[in-house]
Amino acid sequence: MTSTVAAQPQSSKPQPSKPPRNSMLKRLRGGDEAAWLITLLFAISVLAVTAMLVIELWHGSAASRAKSGFSFLTSRAWNPVTDEYGAYPFLYGTVVTSVLALIIAVPSGLGAAIYLSEMATGRWSDALTFLIELLAAVPSVIFGLLAMFTLVPLMRDAIGPAIKSVLGFLPLFSGPVYGVGYLTASLVLSVMTFPYVISVSREALLAVPREQREAALALGATTWESTWQIVVPYARLGIMGAIFLAFARALGETMAVTLVIGNDPAVHASLFAPGYTIAAVIANEFTEATGKIYPAALVELGLVLFVLTFILNGLARLLILFTTQKGSAKA
Amino acid sequence: MTARNFYRRSLNNVMLTLTGICALLTVSTLFVVLGFLFYHGATSVNLDFFTKLPKPTGETGGGMANAIVGSAEIVAFASMMGLPVGFFTGVYLAEYGSGGALAFVVRYMCDLLNGVPSIVVGIFASILIVKPSGHFSAFAGGVALSLLLIPITAKSTEQFLAEVPRALREGSLALGAGKWRTIASVVVPAARKGIMTGMILGIARIAGEAAPLLFTSLNNEFWSNPLREPTASLPYMIYTRALSPYDDWHRQAWAAGLVLLVLVLIANIAARLILSRGAAPRG
Repeated sequence: MTSTVAAQPQSSKPQPSKPPRNSMLKRLRGGDEAAWLITLLFAISVLAVTAMLVIELWHGSAASRAKSGFSFLTSRAWNPVTDEYGAYPFLYGTVVTSVLALIIAVPSGLGAAIYLSEMATGRWSDALTFLIELLAAVPSVIFGLLAMFTLVPLMRDAIGPAIKSVLGFLPLFSGPVYGVGYLTASLVLSVMTFPYVISVSREALLAVPREQREAALALGATTWESTWQIVVPYARLGIMGAIFLAFARALGETMAVTLVIGNDPAVHASLFAPGYTIAAVIANEFTEATGKIYPAALVELGLVLFVLTFILNGLARLLILFTTQKGSAKA
Repeated sequence: MTARNFYRRSLNNVMLTLTGICALLTVSTLFVVLGFLFYHGATSVNLDFFTKLPKPTGETGGGMANAIVGSAEIVAFASMMGLPVGFFTGVYLAEYGSGGALAFVVRYMCDLLNGVPSIVVGIFASILIVKPSGHFSAFAGGVALSLLLIPITAKSTEQFLAEVPRALREGSLALGAGKWRTIASVVVPAARKGIMTGMILGIARIAGEAAPLLFTSLNNEFWSNPLREPTASLPYMIYTRALSPYDDWHRQAWAAGLVLLVLVLIANIAARLILSRGAAPRG
């Protein structure tokens, strides 16, 4: 394919006055400026869309921002009937579920990434990585469906009571186990964030120069010592980037969490208690929100979520950019 | 000394085994998901599922033909808007902007847009399309999903264009072709398999999204006009059916989940096959 196309100008060289047989290509011939302009406009449209997104969220939340100001973030009241809106229970639920998910996902994900980059070789590593990528492709609503019908009963009847019988004296594990709640949502989120932790950390680990490992091994280090004391610290920025990326994903995750979080706009110390997240409350209430302030409050929640993920993703991308550039400079 | 070496050796073995277990555990979650969906959904996927409308509440049977068609419509709208924008943005990033400040900003914005929670994109499309027009529609859903598709397409297009060997471009330029001609007839064709792969992966990703559709295309139990009426989609159907109190609807939710997951996984595997066949002659 490529060779035939490349050969075409050559064949037309003996008779330069004759136009190329494809009139479309002829018109493009002198169109370098036009082509540059068209692609430039499309590239700028990406910036325009992002700007519009921010502006719409800002305008859409104006009524709510005017009413409650910064106390929106700290107020615990969420009562559409009396038009009182506070984001605190949702912020709390979002952060607690995401952090807990990372506490589960980061050690196991990093372990898997180490295995994939340091232990597994060639095709075996590629095959496992592909399966991890497939896990990332599973739609979030399917995780929700699965969790709702399998994990929730399991949590209510087996996992919850088992944890309670051992650690029930802690406020973290007090109260009745409903099945839905912070812990269940965190477990689902941890599975959903595995792929991000694993694939980005693996890239960072693979970017570590071979000499680093060989030097450590030559000094008598075991494989684990070389990995844990040399390779992982070398790749730490990329791994941090992976964690931020996964954190941002967990914060914004909607469907799976909505189905298992329990939808209770209150702050509970117990991880077994039902809660609420920003994404879940938007999903449940935005279409039905009437009046002026109610929808604006939900848009403001969206704005808060947007800003949070924007900052985390921004940091993550900078860290990943930094490590990959460092890696390519060494190579 | 030997005790210390014994400790180091044991630690080595234990930790390396643990990393293997971590890998196994994380990978196995995919098979757990697949296994449960087949177990609960396989018996409910029949001809009716693909050809019949949903039955009214309380009656058993029926299918999700309208949701399958609705999903296709929404994804088609999203592709029509998202793929060209993403593609040309990718061309700009790889061929025109490469080292410039604007390209850096656009590339960074693509990454950030890619990380914006899909529910926020749903709010945006709702304010932008649904509010002014006064009705939910498949088109509004398509707009929301196209916003997710643009950054994915742009990044993958850029990546695969950048991998085209320099010699190929120089050969074309040396033969007297202009820059645009070189891009259109040499660089893009050389990278077409990679670009297509990126597009397929992007479409597979948005096809499973439910959150942006909650306030844009909504749902429908019947056939609908995609430009003017709320339109059913598979991900939304799974959500509503899962939340319902009826066993028969739960059964349908599993069936829809299985169909959706199989479609998404097939698209991912197909994309991988296209890519590996395309890369073979070059490598």
